[in-house]
Amino acid sequence: MAMFSQNPVLNGPNYSFAEVPQHAVDGLREHRFNPYTDNGGSTLAIAGADFAIIAGDTRLTAGYSINTRYAPKVFKIGGSTSSQDDANILLSVVGFAADGEALKERLDAVCKMYRYRHGKPMSVSACAKRLSTILYQKRFFPYYVHAILGGLDEDGTGAVYSYDPVGSYEREQCRAGGAAASLIMPFLDNQVNFKNQYIPGSGVGHELQERERVPLPRNEVEVLVKDAFDSAVERHIEVGDGLQMMIITKDGIEERLLPLKKD
Amino acid sequence: MPGFDFSNYNRNAALHAQGVPLPKATSTGTTIVGCIYDGGVVIAADTRATSGPIVADKNCEKLHYISPQIWCAGAGTAADTEFTTALISSQLELHSLSTGRKPRVVTCMTLLKQHLFRYQGHIGAYLVVAGVDPTGTHLFTVHAHGSTDKLPYVTMGSGSLAAMSVFESQWKPNCTKEDAMSLCSLAIQAGIFNDLGSGSNVDLAVITPDKTTLHRGFVKPNERSQKLKNYKFKRGTTAVLNEKIITKDDIGKYVSVHELEATGEERMDIDP
Amino acid sequence: MDHRPQAWGRPRDDVYGAYDASYMQTNQPNQHTQSPIVTGTSVLGMKFKDGVVIAADNLASYGSLARFTDVKRLRTFAESSVVGFGGDVSDMQYLDRHLTELAIDEAYTSTTTTPNAQPTLNARNLHKYLSKLLYHRRSKFDPLWNSLLVAGLDEAGAPFLAAADLLGTTFTSPSLATGFGSMLAQPIMRGLVPDEASVAQVTREQAINCVRECMKVLFYRDARSLDSYSLAVVTKDGVELSENEKLENQSWAFADRIKGYGTQTV
Repeated sequence: MAMFSQNPVLNGPNYSFAEVPQHAVDGLREHRFNPYTDNGGSTLAIAGADFAIIAGDTRLTAGYSINTRYAPKVFKIGGSTSSQDDANILLSVVGFAADGEALKERLDAVCKMYRYRHGKPMSVSACAKRLSTILYQKRFFPYYVHAILGGLDEDGTGAVYSYDPVGSYEREQCRAGGAAASLIMPFLDNQVNFKNQYIPGSGVGHELQERERVPLPRNEVEVLVKDAFDSAVERHIEVGDGLQMMIITKDGIEERLLPLKKD
Repeated sequence: MPGFDFSNYNRNAALHAQGVPLPKATSTGTTIVGCIYDGGVVIAADTRATSGPIVADKNCEKLHYISPQIWCAGAGTAADTEFTTALISSQLELHSLSTGRKPRVVTCMTLLKQHLFRYQGHIGAYLVVAGVDPTGTHLFTVHAHGSTDKLPYVTMGSGSLAAMSVFESQWKPNCTKEDAMSLCSLAIQAGIFNDLGSGSNVDLAVITPDKTTLHRGFVKPNERSQKLKNYKFKRGTTAVLNEKIITKDDIGKYVSVHELEATGEERMDIDP
Repeated sequence: MDHRPQAWGRPRDDVYGAYDASYMQTNQPNQHTQSPIVTGTSVLGMKFKDGVVIAADNLASYGSLARFTDVKRLRTFAESSVVGFGGDVSDMQYLDRHLTELAIDEAYTSTTTTPNAQPTLNARNLHKYLSKLLYHRRSKFDPLWNSLLVAGLDEAGAPFLAAADLLGTTFTSPSLATGFGSMLAQPIMRGLVPDEASVAQVTREQAINCVRECMKVLFYRDARSLDSYSLAVVTKDGVELSENEKLENQSWAFADRIKGYGTQTV
């Protein structure tokens, strides 16, 4: 699985600060313009039975500095106007903010063109495939972002698609991305997909029954999202300031903004 | 042989040449400050310790004891600040005992800078040294390479610029103890909220000719929020693949057991 | 003669040998900016209830040499926005020419003849234009080595302040600073305007005083800074730009106590 494999140019989306030199420095080293940087932050998406939530913190960092405390990472995509009132897709991007912005605008333009030509909004699954090709088109100069796409599928079920920087993608129940992905993802495995949870007293040893997976209701998912970010803020220095939550249901897209710790 | 053990140096250099990275040390990417006032000196620090972008300790202590009236705030590699201050504290105590005089801040500063200079910056300790001795009130900074500075207000660590912005815009000569305390606290908070390497609480120490007062958690602007959900698992949720019970009688097969007579005072402290 | 269409008029290879195309390959060093040479330091900006204050000092450094001491790093655009430049000065001057050209083009194509005509590009449009230009150049591995602040009003007439850098990274905030200012001035400015809601409580005088104070702190602690600076205020009434401000009321009161750096007492 190419997901989260090491990016050829940088160190991969889960590490923010340059590690110590991997090779001994022997005298001269070539100085070259580095077209990438890491702007920190973290995102998270969970699909429900009739909704999908995408959330992200709103901090934008550069090294040890905070550029701004409010830079949204979750966007509405494919509305008929720039106000995106009738958008039917959510996109979150985390990693290199300039690439994220460029990717968002590319995908939004594609969705708008589709709507203009076909007279109907793009389906989430079609948009998901299109995003994959957009990412792969820049295979050798990638968009250095971890993108997550969300919406409702043809049956009205919540859908979440997650991507690596060069376009490998998969539909999932939940996914965490960005700086604190490695902190949040195990929590999600346990609390959303009930990994490592068994039914008490249902058997001995390998006979033990796994806890049955059921889609979580919306209020519980919102609680999980807030708790996940509160924990990430405690232990990751690049996550904080604000939590932006976008919830897509058949009635449209709701946005919630909650405060996070600012230290 | 006293001092550091270099016997692994060649092995590590060879490993490093093959591309094995250095082990990551816990660093106190930090804000530390000090400010002299009329009648004493205040030093303060934040309480975040980091390992890369991960918070290693949310409430660590960066104010180190040197002697009753001399304290150090440390930034840089956590282990280096701990051990360097402990080493110099010990030397200063012995020196004080042998001379029969109270230790002086300049002596402490000189011992620190000579120790750090010898190691050419490889000991990553960046310190604010403050104290009161018979010659007066003193405040210094000591860099890892051995340079020192003497100023009425100082800042160090990754949040030093944020903290310095507070001093440069609000410091006035001849301030009172309260002025100095609030100024230092504000400077640390500037670091906590604007520098990612700094966070959590403000620790603060006031040193006067009479006594040193350590305010651990002087300001706590970053209390952890209550989780919205209870994450307690039902007993039996975790899979038990295998179970083996070892009784006390059988334990002799694995370890040697000696029954000890418990006698009043010598009883070992154990949790009830 | 070779009669294939792509070779019409060319000498035959079998008679004259293959064409030597080596002269077409450039063997010269590339012309991209690989690192900045003459540089400007921080730019500061802060919103207040009716507009935006923006400031930058008048120094262009050549490494550690204070090379040019009257370089104006703020420029107005369409009499309604101000751009502040940090980073490479030659790239700044290129952008300056480019923006002048753009302003002329916009003035021609703008057909509004009413007396109170809106400028065709407001500050938000200008910021988007510049950030796209910067991102495009970084994607060509030929960056414009600058960090910019754009100050003005948005389409709704609300204060607008945003940053863009050589990578095309963009962000907005009630207060912004580039370079050293992001570490030394932002903590002070965030004290006055911590969030968007607080902007409405800040007056023009408060904002100007805060920015002046920050310029002073930067002069104290940024070794590549100067005590003469430019300051502009953008409101709905237009731009007031002053390019010859001087730092006032500097305090060197701490200096008289200092003797040496350690054990010296005299």
